[in-house]
Amino acid sequence: MNWGGRTLINVLAPRIVLAVLTLFIISLVIFFSVELLPGDTAEAMLGHDATVEALATLRRELQLDSPAYVRYWRWIIDLLHGDLGKSLSSGRAVSDLLAQRLPNTFFLAGFAALISVPLSFVLGVITALYRERAVDRGVNFVALAASSLPDFFVAYALILIFSVHLGWVPPISIISPESSLAERLYLTGLPALTLTFATSAYMLRMTRASILSLLSSPYIEMARLKGVSSGRVIVGHALPNALGPIANVTALTLAYLVVSVVVVETVFAYPGLGQLFVDSVSKRDIPVVQVVAMVFASTYIVLNLVADMVALAANPRLMHPR
Amino acid sequence: MEWNPDATAKTWVFKIRSGVEFHNGKTLTAEDIAYSLNHHRKKDSKSLARSVFAGVSDIKATAPLEITVTLDSANVDLPGLMADYHLLIMPDGGDPNAGIGTGPYVIEKFEPGVIVRGKRNEKYWKAGRAHADVVEIIAINDIVARQSALQGGVVHFITRPDPKLGALVKNNPALKWFDLPSAMHYLFAMRCDSAPFDNNDLRLAMKYAVDRQDLLTRVYANSGKLGNDHPVPAFDPMFSAEVPIRAYDPDKAKFHFKKSGFSGPVQLSVSDAGFTSATAAATLYKEHAAKAGIDIALNRVPADGYWSDVWKKKPFCPAYWGGRVTAGLMLQAVYTSQSPNNETFWQRPAFDKLLAQAQAELNVARRKEMFHDLQMMLWEDGGTVQPLFANTLFATSAKVDGFAPSPLFTAFRAAEQLYLTS
Repeated sequence: MNWGGRTLINVLAPRIVLAVLTLFIISLVIFFSVELLPGDTAEAMLGHDATVEALATLRRELQLDSPAYVRYWRWIIDLLHGDLGKSLSSGRAVSDLLAQRLPNTFFLAGFAALISVPLSFVLGVITALYRERAVDRGVNFVALAASSLPDFFVAYALILIFSVHLGWVPPISIISPESSLAERLYLTGLPALTLTFATSAYMLRMTRASILSLLSSPYIEMARLKGVSSGRVIVGHALPNALGPIANVTALTLAYLVVSVVVVETVFAYPGLGQLFVDSVSKRDIPVVQVVAMVFASTYIVLNLVADMVALAANPRLMHPR
Repeated sequence: MEWNPDATAKTWVFKIRSGVEFHNGKTLTAEDIAYSLNHHRKKDSKSLARSVFAGVSDIKATAPLEITVTLDSANVDLPGLMADYHLLIMPDGGDPNAGIGTGPYVIEKFEPGVIVRGKRNEKYWKAGRAHADVVEIIAINDIVARQSALQGGVVHFITRPDPKLGALVKNNPALKWFDLPSAMHYLFAMRCDSAPFDNNDLRLAMKYAVDRQDLLTRVYANSGKLGNDHPVPAFDPMFSAEVPIRAYDPDKAKFHFKKSGFSGPVQLSVSDAGFTSATAAATLYKEHAAKAGIDIALNRVPADGYWSDVWKKKPFCPAYWGGRVTAGLMLQAVYTSQSPNNETFWQRPAFDKLLAQAQAELNVARRKEMFHDLQMMLWEDGGTVQPLFANTLFATSAKVDGFAPSPLFTAFRAAEQLYLTS
């Protein structure tokens, strides 16, 4: 097919360059905003009980005595050499921490996505099919209410119902590298459900809206006039054309999912990146905060790129902007 | 283990228990102890126990099972000092991060910020301890999550539950509640080295202007003991019951405030970093003081950097101390002229001198008299409004037994004490 001399690479290359630039700016913003917070790692570690000499020794050891821009420069040079640095508070390599925590976070986000994506897709189609009827209103009400409540509130409510009162699942989700898949699924049930509540409404409403907007187009009218049943009109005729925007929204929601685990992981004491992030901020552990934030930012950017690509694939006209 | 000072309390000889084994099979000797203690005294030490050893001039092994500690100045509290929780014993030349000790549980797994798991040390020297095969300590920073973990039966023991939960837990047969006096105290520090708090009448006015009982009831759900403007808790052997109890007295507060000649609002910089619920406590304090005609202006400051930018900088701000093993160490750490922790800048050579004498006094009755005088000095003249001592809270499952907390080390030995019934 003739793309007018433009290939997918031509379209994507500038976006990738922009993405790298964005990451660089994010790293600057994060480093210097953590720097702006009063107090430092040495103080956070030793508490107000520490002697002046102990603080000075620790600062020297952690190289906190050099100016911020020097430390940033060292960090970025190390990063380019593939060295993610060491955690200031535990002395462990950040890459080791990531290797431990990142799969946990992706597991939780993936589990939540496995529930929420099909669920919101199916509910979206159903609500479009029965629009303005009791099912539609009911589902929409519940979904909107669930996504409007703060994540931690939903989490506490689920814990109260399913752990404390019913005793079906444990209220905290401490998994270890030795946990089996079944154990993991059992332990992460509540956090995954919490994330499902938080993210489903958006996808559901987008699915519903895309289908409904297509339902007024001439070719659907034509199908109707031919006598096709309304179920088949939606699934066979409207849905294929609505897939682009739906996939786009889904990719963005997944990005949101990976980032919004911060609160959920804290509430469930789940050993993922989010919990590590929160602990590291409170300990002013800049190397860890930096890297985790970069991981979150990269996830967001990559999934955005994916969303763009899906949009392009679904609508080739976008390849030729005027 | 036993210990003996010489007549001046400057040289101490500690005998070491024989037949104790490290987790790696090595037998404990005096060399191990000397190495472990000197670890905190090294020139580049960043240990929090560095200040504990400030007055120690030498620690060495003088026999296979004997160490000798030499002090610059006499200190009868030395044995108490040795109980500081930072002073863990490791094998001679060992790495402090290796986790090789002589304790009841051998570390199997350690993920900082997540979990530490220990399996029973079958050769533990203490009889009748370490009942569970495996002990896990799990980090759950979120207070609600911690409590639901206990209620959901995932954990058997939690630290620091919400005081307000007490009323509910007491009615729940599946749980037990521990509300124990501790040496932890909450205070408002006034800087005595500059205006306006260099004036003792103003300090006294602020001390009389707080309704301690009201704070304890309304902010801390009665989980604590009333403070009396000095840091010695009632369970300490050196506590003096003769120091008059300072009650809320708006009239006296008004009298001293007027006498101080100070006018205008008293500035109080407050953040919850100072102590738990400090902001709520300060808000009530403001109401109490208002009844004495004293206007406290509350300046909210950020919790971040509180200990570097507000504490010991602003004239009047909240702070807390977890307490020390002995009253002498506590007074030494915060109230002596040269202490880096002297947050009120209250500097009284007479106090320093008397404390040094008391620390060298081996006669308990005479020491107690001296300590009474020290507590009186702080009560009458010190820069600390100390409304209360906080209790330490724990909640356990009703299946757990054996918990024998001490006011100073609270739950530090819980792992070796607890056992599960049925």
